[in-house]
Amino acid sequence: MSFDEYHRREFRQVGRRVPRPDGVDKVTGRALYGADMTAPGMLWGAILRSPHAHARIRSIDVSEALKLDGVKAIVTGADFGEVEDESIRDIRDNCMARDKVLYDGHAVAALAASDPRVARKALKLIRVEYEVLPHVTELEDAMKPDAPVVQEGRVQETVPPGMSANVTSYCEFGHGDLEAGFAAADHIVEREFRTAATHQGYIEPHACLAAVTADGKADLWCCTQGQYMVRSVCAAIMGMEASQLRVTASEIGGGFGGKTTVFIEPVALMLSKKAGRPVKIVMSREEVFRATGPTVHSRSRIRIGMTRDGRITAAEARLYYSGGAFPCGTVEMGAQAAFACYDLQAVRSQGWNVLTNRPKEAAYRAPGAPVAIYAVESVVDELCQHFGLDPLEVRLKNAARKGTKSSYGPTFPDIGLVATLEAAKAHPHYAAPLGPNQGRGISCGFWFNFGGNTCVTLNINPDGTVSVTEGNPDIGGSRASISLMAAEELGIPYDRVRTIVADTASLGYNDVTDGSRVTFAVGLATIKAARAAIRVMCERAARIWGIDPEAVEWKDGAAVPAGPNAGKFPPMTLAEIAANSFRTGGPIAGHHEVNADGAGVSFGVHICDVEVDPETGATRVLRYTVFQDAGKAVHPDYVEGQMQGGAAQGIGWALNEEYIYGADGRLQNPGFLDYRVPVASDLPPIEPVILEIPNPGHPYGVRGVGETGIVPPLAAVSNAVSRATGVRMTELPLSPPRVLAAIRRSRATDGA
Amino acid sequence: MRYLAPRTADDAVAALLAEKGPTRILAGGTDVLVQMRSGAVEPDLIVDIKRIPGLDRITREDGGWRIGAAVPNAALGEDRDLRASWAGVVEAANLIGSTQVQGRATMVGNLCNGSPAADSVPALVAAEAVARIHGPDGTRDCPVAEIPAGPGKTTLKKGEIVTSLFLPARPRRSGDAYLRFIPRTEMDIAVASAAVSVELDAHGRIVRARVALGAVAPTVLVAEEAAAILTGTQGEDDVLERMAEACRAICRPIDDKRGTVEFRRSVAGTLAKRAARIALQRAGGQS
Repeated sequence: MSFDEYHRREFRQVGRRVPRPDGVDKVTGRALYGADMTAPGMLWGAILRSPHAHARIRSIDVSEALKLDGVKAIVTGADFGEVEDESIRDIRDNCMARDKVLYDGHAVAALAASDPRVARKALKLIRVEYEVLPHVTELEDAMKPDAPVVQEGRVQETVPPGMSANVTSYCEFGHGDLEAGFAAADHIVEREFRTAATHQGYIEPHACLAAVTADGKADLWCCTQGQYMVRSVCAAIMGMEASQLRVTASEIGGGFGGKTTVFIEPVALMLSKKAGRPVKIVMSREEVFRATGPTVHSRSRIRIGMTRDGRITAAEARLYYSGGAFPCGTVEMGAQAAFACYDLQAVRSQGWNVLTNRPKEAAYRAPGAPVAIYAVESVVDELCQHFGLDPLEVRLKNAARKGTKSSYGPTFPDIGLVATLEAAKAHPHYAAPLGPNQGRGISCGFWFNFGGNTCVTLNINPDGTVSVTEGNPDIGGSRASISLMAAEELGIPYDRVRTIVADTASLGYNDVTDGSRVTFAVGLATIKAARAAIRVMCERAARIWGIDPEAVEWKDGAAVPAGPNAGKFPPMTLAEIAANSFRTGGPIAGHHEVNADGAGVSFGVHICDVEVDPETGATRVLRYTVFQDAGKAVHPDYVEGQMQGGAAQGIGWALNEEYIYGADGRLQNPGFLDYRVPVASDLPPIEPVILEIPNPGHPYGVRGVGETGIVPPLAAVSNAVSRATGVRMTELPLSPPRVLAAIRRSRATDGA
Repeated sequence: MRYLAPRTADDAVAALLAEKGPTRILAGGTDVLVQMRSGAVEPDLIVDIKRIPGLDRITREDGGWRIGAAVPNAALGEDRDLRASWAGVVEAANLIGSTQVQGRATMVGNLCNGSPAADSVPALVAAEAVARIHGPDGTRDCPVAEIPAGPGKTTLKKGEIVTSLFLPARPRRSGDAYLRFIPRTEMDIAVASAAVSVELDAHGRIVRARVALGAVAPTVLVAEEAAAILTGTQGEDDVLERMAEACRAICRPIDDKRGTVEFRRSVAGTLAKRAARIALQRAGGQS
């Protein structure tokens, strides 16, 4: 298996900033997104959503709506059959409520009509009788013993007795003697933190087109991060065999984790099945906010002890996450990630998941890690301030490195945190002077990264070009990166390779585009598929030359005799072998299927300068630098784009983004006006600094880069604001009213 | 739903009067179309006033400016004389929406939409702008300050159309400014806002001042006491602090997703103070 491992090499293709293959289509408006699909005889679906945060559905009367001319089918929860798997049952019930609605915006019925206006009109004719129940949208309230119970019977055995039935799971990680660790500290800081739920904020709303035929076959086009996931989940919900459902992923206008599950696809399939016609559903932005996955909202309590020279002696985190109305495992990832950046003798993190009457959480870039690490990095920063220590030096002193037993169990192999911290320390940004009302914050970040199930087919075309078929929607430039790796391995120019994303019937199973896995795992499979094709091409050359296949090797895009004893033949290029392939045994292809291991954990360090207006509480980000261990950067533009995009989303999370619920349990800000993602003018240029520390688990040293970048900004911004104002901030977002109130409170205390 | 694009203001008034169902007047459409798409309004009649001659023009009148109801805000920013005399009004109008929205949105539309947070309205009120209204009873002029009647409401009667706004001539040594607070840098709605207009004498003393506040009450507020505090001074720091407090004292804001009562009140005063400094500077004063 030494073939798999990283070997130092000189790259010819990998590392170049080549044009993206999907670029022209996207900037000219030709790229086909979820809502661009149409079919003859197509109907328009629309979904009726609950105005209540929590209510029992007494009855649904669709008779008036059905009478409206143009209405072809209506479905409710009663149309969906039983499902054995609990997690798929939750997805089904999230797509369409059964007995109860569990949050404002929960789907209660859907219909298909001849045009969108008729559909909207018909929705108003559906009569739903609700028995409104007491609701709970805030985590703290939901944990109280007398809180309304969102879903009965969902508590796992791990949860200690005596808690509200909304507390569904408990987890714990760590090692060492905490008591002794805290006793050895010169100072201990214990703080409580809160973070609001945020949305992934992708620009493209969910959209799909479903066509179910009378003989039970179905086609589904949708925007998703994983067409195979859509197939598995929808087939289970519809009671279909996977082979009968073909799912094609459209171009995708952002996902960030939020498109790793389904919301409208089973509904469209059921409507199409009932109507006997293709059905398209396109969510509005309001529906996206009310009914698709935001991230968790959280409360946490962090306690860290430190010696006066900056050594952390003990660290403890208690994390409470709510992923909405359904059980959610995100807190486990938060609890595992919380202290991953540190080499600790005594550490414990505990996590509890809490149900609330909010939409079901969906993954969001490094799910669970940003809010846990925000709290930890805030306390580390406060300890640095207490002792007057340099925050980068303290992190270097405590940094996890090769051989560190991580807080969540595994012992780290070669990792890049120390190199990343050193790069930050040496960067001019860290030494730049600050003006009045300005502050500088730093934070580390960590993400696990993932490999997973992957299939790639690589076809050598008769004209000497190469087609790579992979099964993961391209959300961050992966087609270019995969083409680069194929070209590298084959020794041909990048523009001879085209990579396409296949539908579920055309290639074996692929895990969802998540976990920063695609460039790593699909890249790995592509390199191996190329090697398989090279073996065939060497055999073909050997046949033509009449020598032993073992005596042929591949060099610079051509078969060559392996040595002087093999015979004297001029190199036979890939194009020549391809042109002769029909005469030498037929078409040539390579393929590879793997459950990829060795993704390699990832670390980043961010430096953020802010200025806070002391009279309005407004924060302006002045300068921002991202340092991240990217492994080998296959396409540096995309790597930088991931680092900048993660930082931009994290800055938004830190400063203004939040789900705001009213006392009535309804979402107050379901639109981009009052759900404030940063606009371009809100952000300074974000400078990315790539560190290429090869991942030993990949032939080219590639490591996932997509998620780590969103982890540090929350604390980097909050630490900067805390230092600029002189007030330790403990709640996100740092919206101007909150910051101004904190400044005023602190001045009032100082004056007293 | 019917769509009409009459060629005269009288035809537009007649069409609006004759319609029994909900109506909307369409100029730039940057509010109306958004409201229709979101389902907030379903008008039976839309009267597009962009084809009425003259409504798309800025003309000089008595040393002042008459700005037609269909003049897009982008055009205000391109009028050098207007920008030099009424910098605050122009910058207020130019803050609305994006570059694309600027090419369509109009100040009259901003006024008639009735939002307490409308950006151009406090600046127009501080400027003592006057609206010309065509209606069933002919033409009348009305101070802009008297048109808003509460969120989404105006004092305009059925069939009445604001066809233009008039900004008066500016004496030497005068200046105005508008500031709003938004959590972002653009593409947002004012959480609080303030406009200040001043005229100075030869010694840099304020002889005339007008202060208006937005987003801190159901309608734009005219801060008379704040203006009185400024008058006769050179806008010294302590005067501006007192002026800011006088602004805070009259705010009647709401607590909502965009800001708390306390925050809006506090920031409105701060913005008034800062806007006054800019207006004084533009007028050639000390601050």
